[in-house]
Amino acid sequence: MHLHKYEKVWIVFGLASLVLFLLIIGFAAFWKGTHPQSHIETIDPQNVEANESFQPDNLGLTEVADGKYVVNMVASAFNYDFGTEEDGTATKTIRVPKGSTVLFQVTSKDVVHGFQVAGTNVNMMVEPGHISRFESVMKNDGEFTVVCNEYCGIGHHLMFGTVEVY
Amino acid sequence: MELFNFSKKESRLYMAFMHVTFISLLVGGLMGLLQTLVRSGKYTLPFNIDYYTILTTHGVILGLVLTTFFIVGFQFSLMGKTVGISDKQLMWGWISFWVMLVGTVLSAWMILTGEASVLYTFYTPLRAHPIFYIGLTLVIVGSWIAAFTNFRQLYVWKKAHKGEKSPLLAFMVVINMIMWFVATLGVAYSVIVLILPWSLGYVATVNVLLTRTLFWYFGHPLVYFWLLPAYMAWYAIIPKIIGGKLFSDPLARLAFILLLMFSIPVGFHHQLTEPGIDPTWKFIQVVLTFMVVIPSLMTAFSLFATFEITGRRKGYKSLFGWFKKLPWKDVRFLAPFVGMVAFIPGGAGGIINASHQVNSLVHNTIWITGHFHLTVATTVILTFFGIAYWLIPHLTGRRLTPSLNKLGIIQTFIWAIGMTIMSTSMHIQGLIGGPRRSAFSEYAGGDQVSTWISYQMWQAVGGIILFVGILLMFYIFIQLAFFAPRGYEEYPIAEEEVDAEKSPKILENWYIWIGITIALILFAYTIPMIDIIKHSPPGSIPFDWPIGRS
Ligand code: HEM
Ligand SMILES: [Cu+2]
Ligand SMILES: [Cu+2]
Repeated sequence: MHLHKYEKVWIVFGLASLVLFLLIIGFAAFWKGTHPQSHIETIDPQNVEANESFQPDNLGLTEVADGKYVVNMVASAFNYDFGTEEDGTATKTIRVPKGSTVLFQVTSKDVVHGFQVAGTNVNMMVEPGHISRFESVMKNDGEFTVVCNEYCGIGHHLMFGTVEVY
Repeated sequence: MELFNFSKKESRLYMAFMHVTFISLLVGGLMGLLQTLVRSGKYTLPFNIDYYTILTTHGVILGLVLTTFFIVGFQFSLMGKTVGISDKQLMWGWISFWVMLVGTVLSAWMILTGEASVLYTFYTPLRAHPIFYIGLTLVIVGSWIAAFTNFRQLYVWKKAHKGEKSPLLAFMVVINMIMWFVATLGVAYSVIVLILPWSLGYVATVNVLLTRTLFWYFGHPLVYFWLLPAYMAWYAIIPKIIGGKLFSDPLARLAFILLLMFSIPVGFHHQLTEPGIDPTWKFIQVVLTFMVVIPSLMTAFSLFATFEITGRRKGYKSLFGWFKKLPWKDVRFLAPFVGMVAFIPGGAGGIINASHQVNSLVHNTIWITGHFHLTVATTVILTFFGIAYWLIPHLTGRRLTPSLNKLGIIQTFIWAIGMTIMSTSMHIQGLIGGPRRSAFSEYAGGDQVSTWISYQMWQAVGGIILFVGILLMFYIFIQLAFFAPRGYEEYPIAEEEVDAEKSPKILENWYIWIGITIALILFAYTIPMIDIIKHSPPGSIPFDWPIGRS
């Protein structure tokens, strides 16, 4: 099949930019380790407490090392369970100092939810039967809204939390 | 090239599909308007109607019903024009129409009574009423009947024309329907084998990740199923409208073959932030996703080549002078052209969405909604409108009068303006974190949220303009179908150049292309599927109450 000269130039240009682009995202993924979250770790959605991270006492924020935190959460329609405060009320806000490294661990007790700390790159699907994890450095201070961004029912827009970086 | 003339009963079949299309446009468009109004925070739906009932209606009616009816009807007409349709095939055409329509009505009934507020993606373990799933299955089965009728039409023609190459448009229709059939097998399996028995209560649990993966195995090819008919018009019909010739028959065929091969094995790019899928396989599907860059660039090249060659033949010489010679005042050209322009930012956004890591910035934000309102609701829909302006009068024996043409031009501008406003504000709101598929909410009420709400106001402005566009389009449709003056409107199919090169025979070797397609699918899906099944967690029981079913 005969190709026009300009057409060949165009195809070569297209292919070259394609290869370059894929090399960049491949490099970022496999050498810099910036894959999207995927852990292939399962859990029984009807008994999430069987996993240590999701026992009621371990929910919410824990400092595991200097400047390193873990946040455990259980999502359900239409609430994020961040554990309780000392006075027994439900925690609604997670507070971490600026520059800290935070590992978010979430699972769902019922349907599929989303977990996005709006304005950051923390964004994951939360599915019953799976554990979602993402570690991020909180570089900017401010109040960030945690939104459920996967439709989980008619209260979907009422499901949120707050992460405060100070 | 010999073209067949439509008989009355043939036209009636094709028109039946068009009627459903434009009624869907009106109903679905009204839902879209209501959504933007609710999201502005200034309006509450009457009669306790839930936002998500409206949103499910909008997504199902516009994303699945309107598109499938238009495409199946338009493709039937292309086959009828280029290879002809027998009485028996006509009967099968009607069967496909009725099966699809019954399915649509069943699903609509469940959605409107609040039994199926699960959105058009119906992710488990949210459970809709079984009739909703049965309805969707019928829509798919109806479209399969159409697909096999189309295959048969080309086969019969081929037998009568030994050794000749098939008409380009018939070839393209068959490619699109092969892709559709292979892709819908996934969702059909998911609905019939996994979801339906579970929703009826015969099976206790369902594998959530598996149903999602099977949905997206179908969900991405779905968008190419929308796009390919627009490409058919761009390659083989627009050149005729602007007074030119087909740029290159083999190039067009090659582009379609590449689209067939690279539109299916890519569903993971919708699941990049999902916990249960190996990141390496996600990456592999991202690479395959980007392969469609090649046929897309080929398409862009051949379109602009046609524009330039045609303009120059009409006597314009300077570098871009030919651009002026294009028939800007002909809505049959203008509407698809504006669609092509929208595809430039639309495609660029698609590259961002599909990028392995950057995706996490935009995944499930309203940026995504902005993206597909550019690609589907502008590029594809404006091209479909462009087709309707000549197809409907051709079928009804009427004429696109100069005044209707002018109204069409106004319609195109209204759509372009409304969509620019709505989709730009969706893109920006998404980048700063605003979620998609969400009714109005002040969330925690912080600064972040108040900036989102100001963009939602702009979406309502865009939505109102768009709805005016929909009313106008519906009016034009009614005119063309029932009231425009009687006459003859051409069915524009571009011819090849007299000295055009022969297409290589291999382009019509279905065994090779279908074989490669299947091989790619097996490569991209076998191991991850085994993974998903082997590593599956305890299944999920159904949930009815979160969607408001008691
Ligand atoms: C009057 C014109 C339209 C308006 C005002 C409009 C508005 C909207 C809005 C605001 C949403 C997002 C709702 C949310 O995320 O909560 C949406 C979603 C959607 N729209 Fe449109 N739209 C219009 C036309 C179209 C057309 C022509 C199509 C397709 C051909 C379409 C297909 C969709 C789909 C598939 C969704 C996704 C539903 C979902 O996420 O479940 N829309 N539309
Ligand atoms: Cu949720
Ligand atoms: Cu949600």
